[in-house]
Amino acid sequence: MARSNSRPLSPHLTIWKWGPAMAVSIMHRVTGNGLATAGALGLIWWLMAAATGPEAYATFVKCATSPIGYLVMIGLSWFFFQHLFSGLRHFVLDMGAGYELKNNKMWSIATFILSLLTTGFVWLYIFGKAL
Amino acid sequence: MGTGTGIGRVRGLGSAKHGAHHWLAQRYTAVGNLLLVLWLVFSLLSLPGLDYESVVSWIHNPLVAVPLMLMVVSIFMHLRVGMQVMLEDYVHDKGLAFFSMLVLNFYAFGGAAAGVFAIAKIAFIGVVKP
Repeated sequence: MARSNSRPLSPHLTIWKWGPAMAVSIMHRVTGNGLATAGALGLIWWLMAAATGPEAYATFVKCATSPIGYLVMIGLSWFFFQHLFSGLRHFVLDMGAGYELKNNKMWSIATFILSLLTTGFVWLYIFGKAL
Repeated sequence: MGTGTGIGRVRGLGSAKHGAHHWLAQRYTAVGNLLLVLWLVFSLLSLPGLDYESVVSWIHNPLVAVPLMLMVVSIFMHLRVGMQVMLEDYVHDKGLAFFSMLVLNFYAFGGAAAGVFAIAKIAFIGVVKP
């Protein structure tokens, strides 16, 4: 981008002390784009495999239930719940609420706790049913 | 009057009132995703199994196929506007920015079409015997 070097820039990311609000903000972008690429491609692969037939579906299941497959699925599920709770936080902020420093910090931390708890519950349920 | 673009001032039109369109599209599809993906998660968790026959006979049901199609469309609309914002922030070269928008649009429309087609095929044909 064209910028005159003689003009000052406002202080940006480098000078701020990291806080929960900054973490939840960048994680919203990271999880969103992770879901948009790996998540969406995985979804289409699953649907296409199911539409193609038993053999294609077996290949999908074989990859998805490999150790790397589980790692990706657990990661994507956490990304999904993090993006979900962070997105709900955005809806509240869109209404102009939740900007008080204490509230903002509390709900930022809450999105991480809630997403980790939900991901944990979902996979406990899945592995509990498989046993 | 007095605000908006130069040509708008000349014509005396002001804002076209479409400024919030992108932002709103992100929110509408976010609500769609919230409802539909949660529905998918709960449905998959309550299915008897995730083998070929269980999944295909589940999607074969019209009351599953239609919301699943809506989910795919909502997801790809949401990721299209979302990734656009990310690319606009990080891709500074003009030519590369144009190219990235091209690829993003191909990806979003291609992915949505593939997903909807796959669901439609399952909805119409159902379980394929090997």
